[in-house]
Amino acid sequence: MNTYNEIIIAGLGGQGVLLAGTILAQSALEQNLKTTWFPSYGAEMRGGTANSTVIISDEEIGSPIAFSPSGLIALNALSLNKFLPRMIEGSSIVANSSLINPNEFKSDKNINFIPISEIADKEIGNIKAANMVAIGALIKILQVPSLDNVLKALQIAFAKKPTLIEVNIKAVNAGYNYK
Amino acid sequence: MVKKLVKGNIALCEGALAAGLDAYFGYPITPQNEVPAYMSNKMVTLGKVFVQAESELAAANMVLGACATGKRAMTSSSSPGISLKQEAISYMAGMEIPSIIVNVQRGGPGLGNIAGSQADYFQAVKGGGHGDYHLIVFAPNCAQEMYEVTYEAFDIAEKYKNPVMILSDGIVGQMMEPVDFNKEQKTSFSKKDWCLDGCKDREPRSIKSLLMGDGALEQHNLDLQKKYEVIKANEVKAELYQVEDAEIIIVAYGISSRISKNAIKSARTKGIKAGMIRPITLWPFPTEIIKKYSKPPVKFLTVELSLGQMIEDVRLAVNGVSSVDFLGKAGGGIVSDKDVLNKIMELKK
Amino acid sequence: MEKIFSRPKALKDNPLSYCPGCGHGIIHRLVAEAIDELGIRERTIAVAPVGCAVFAYDYFNFDTTEAPHGRPPAVATGIKRTNPDKIVFTYQGDGDLAAIGTAETIHCANRGENITVIFVNNANYGMTGGQMAPTTLIGQVTETTPFGRDPLREGYPIKVAELLANLEATKYIERVTVFDAPHIIQAKKAIKKAFQNQVEGKGYSFIEVISHCPVDWGKTPLESVKWVEDVFLKTFPLGVIKDTTK
Repeated sequence: MNTYNEIIIAGLGGQGVLLAGTILAQSALEQNLKTTWFPSYGAEMRGGTANSTVIISDEEIGSPIAFSPSGLIALNALSLNKFLPRMIEGSSIVANSSLINPNEFKSDKNINFIPISEIADKEIGNIKAANMVAIGALIKILQVPSLDNVLKALQIAFAKKPTLIEVNIKAVNAGYNYK
Repeated sequence: MVKKLVKGNIALCEGALAAGLDAYFGYPITPQNEVPAYMSNKMVTLGKVFVQAESELAAANMVLGACATGKRAMTSSSSPGISLKQEAISYMAGMEIPSIIVNVQRGGPGLGNIAGSQADYFQAVKGGGHGDYHLIVFAPNCAQEMYEVTYEAFDIAEKYKNPVMILSDGIVGQMMEPVDFNKEQKTSFSKKDWCLDGCKDREPRSIKSLLMGDGALEQHNLDLQKKYEVIKANEVKAELYQVEDAEIIIVAYGISSRISKNAIKSARTKGIKAGMIRPITLWPFPTEIIKKYSKPPVKFLTVELSLGQMIEDVRLAVNGVSSVDFLGKAGGGIVSDKDVLNKIMELKK
Repeated sequence: MEKIFSRPKALKDNPLSYCPGCGHGIIHRLVAEAIDELGIRERTIAVAPVGCAVFAYDYFNFDTTEAPHGRPPAVATGIKRTNPDKIVFTYQGDGDLAAIGTAETIHCANRGENITVIFVNNANYGMTGGQMAPTTLIGQVTETTPFGRDPLREGYPIKVAELLANLEATKYIERVTVFDAPHIIQAKKAIKKAFQNQVEGKGYSFIEVISHCPVDWGKTPLESVKWVEDVFLKTFPLGVIKDTTK
C-alpha cells in the first residue's frame, strides 16, 4: 500500500467539519483513489464536537471508521483533546491556534498550529471558510490529495452555488500556502 | 462512467428509483433520515408518490396497499421502527405481496441508540412478525451494493411474490463512497396476474391471509414452504474472499465484513491463512457454501455487531465439523480490525 | 315477466355469514347498489377490515384486499395514491376504525385522501363476541363491561364523525342508519354521494352507519331496532355533519 490515510476532521457543530470531509473525499475521488467518508451524526449535531472521518487509499477500503488515524484537523480544543491520543505515530495534525492555546497541548506528536479561524476571517473575509483553510493546510503536509484535485472537488461540490467556489478556492490556497 | 460520492442511504434511493419505484412511504428515524428526505424531493419531482406517514405501521401498510395493486413501493426505517412494521410484514408475507422494507440498523433493544448495529439479524431472518414465513434478506456492505442490491430487490420480490428486506446498518447507510450508477432505468415490468387493478374483463380478485376453510391455511403454509425451497435453491448470494487455502474462515456480513477484510489482509501479511465467506443474502443463508468449507483443521469465526445471532446459522451449517468462534460487540459498539486480527491470531495458536 | 328487483352486480351470489338480524347485509347491498349505479365496479378496489366484515371479499364482486386490524385507511392510501383512477373504499367497524386504527383514520382524513369510508358502528366488537367498543354507550352491558360502561372507568363513546368534521381536509361526513326503510333510503343516498364525490375527485367522504347487532346485544331483532331508535341514536344523532362539496 503506497497511500493509506485515515483522516479525522473535528470541530464544533457548525464549523463545517462534515462538508470539509466530503471535499477531501471528493478530491481523493478526483485523483482516482479509493475513499470513504463517515460522519458523526445525530445528537452530536446539536453542540459538542462533530467530526467526519475520511479514508483515502489506493486499495479497496475496509472499515470506514478510523481505528488508526494518521491525519487530524482539530478546529477547537475539545476536538484536539479527544482525538490527539488516538493518533498514530507520525500523524499529520493541523490544529486551529485561533481557538486553541498551543501551550496547553504538550505532546510528543507534531502538531501544526495554524490560526485557521483568523486566516478565514481576516484574509478570506469569511469565518465560515475556516474548514477549507484547514483542508489546504492538511493536504500541504499529507501531499494527498493534490491541491489541483481539491480545487476540482470544490467545483463539483459547489456546482449548485457557484458564488461560493471562489471564496473556498481562496481559503484552500491560503491554508496550503501558510508559512 | 463518472462515480458520484454519495451516502449509502442515497445510493439505496437511487437503486430503487432506477428499479422503477412508484411510491415511497416512510417515517423519520435516525440513521435513515436521508431516505425519506431524498425521496420527498425526488418522487415528487418525478411525479411519483411520496407520503410521510403518521406512523411506521401506517407506512408499512401503505406499502401493502400500493404493492397489492402491482406497483413498486418501499418503506425504510431503523430498528425500533422496523419492530413496528412487523405486523404489515407478516401480512405481506402471508398475502404474498412483493414489497421492499429497508432497515438501517441501530443499537437496541428498545430505543437503544443511533449508532450502527447488527442486532436485528434474528428479527430479519427468523421471522420478526408472527407466523411461519421468511423474508428474502439482503445485507449490502458498501454504497455501491446498497444501490445494486436495491435495484435487484424489486425484481426478486416480484419473481417470488415475497417481501424483501434490505438489512443495512447505520455505518453503511451514513458513509459516503463513490458509486457507479451503472444500471439502466427500468421501464418494462413483468405482467402480474394476481394484482388488484380493477376487475374489468376478468373475475374479481382478492388478496388475503385469512384462510378459515378446512386445511386451507395449512395448504397455504405448505405452498409457502415450497416457494421458500425454490428461493433457497436459486437466490443465495455470497462473496468468497481468499477461502480456498484458508485455515481460518471468517463469516461476516455488512459493515463487519469490511472490518474483517482489513484484519484478513493483516493476517495474511503475518503468514496466517485467513479468508472470509460474506453472506450477501442472509436469507436464504449460504449454508451449502459454508458446509463445503467446513472440514478440520479449518476454523470458523463469526464477526457481528451483536452478541451472537448469525453464529447460530453458521453453527447449523458447519454442523459440528469445524469449530465456530465468535467476536462481536453490542449496543452500537464497533469491533476494530485489530480486535479481529487478535482473535484470528488467538485461533491460530 | 319483467324482473324489477335483483342482486346488484357488485354483490357475489354467496350466502352472507352475518348473524340473523345483522345490519351488515343491508349495508353491503347499499354499497353494491351505489357502485352499480355509478358504473364503477370494474375500477373499484375495496379494503376489508378485521372484524365482522373481514369476509367482505367473499361478498363484494370486485377487487378486494385484506388489511391488518385498523390499517385500512393506510392500505387505501397506498392504493389510491398509486392508482388515482381507481375507486377505493374502506369498510370498517367501530373497533377497527375508532380504536386500534384511530391514528390511521385521523391522518388519512387529515390528508384528505380522495377515498370513501364506510364506517359501521354497532357499539360493540361483534366478531369476537360482543366486547366493549370505543362507541359503546354509557351504561351498555357488553362482554367486557359487565356492569355497564362507566365513563369513570371506560371513558365516553367516541364520536368519530364529529371529530373528523373538525379536520379541514374532510369534505363530506354523514351519519345514517338502516333499521327501517326510510332510513335505508337515506343511507343509500349518502353512500352513493360518498362514492360520487370520489368519482368527481372531491376528496374524503365518510359515512357512519349506525347498525344493529341483535346477537351480541342479547336482543331480538325487533328489540334491537327499537334500541337503536330509542337509545343508540340519542348518543349518535343522524344527519349531515359536514358537507363542503357544494
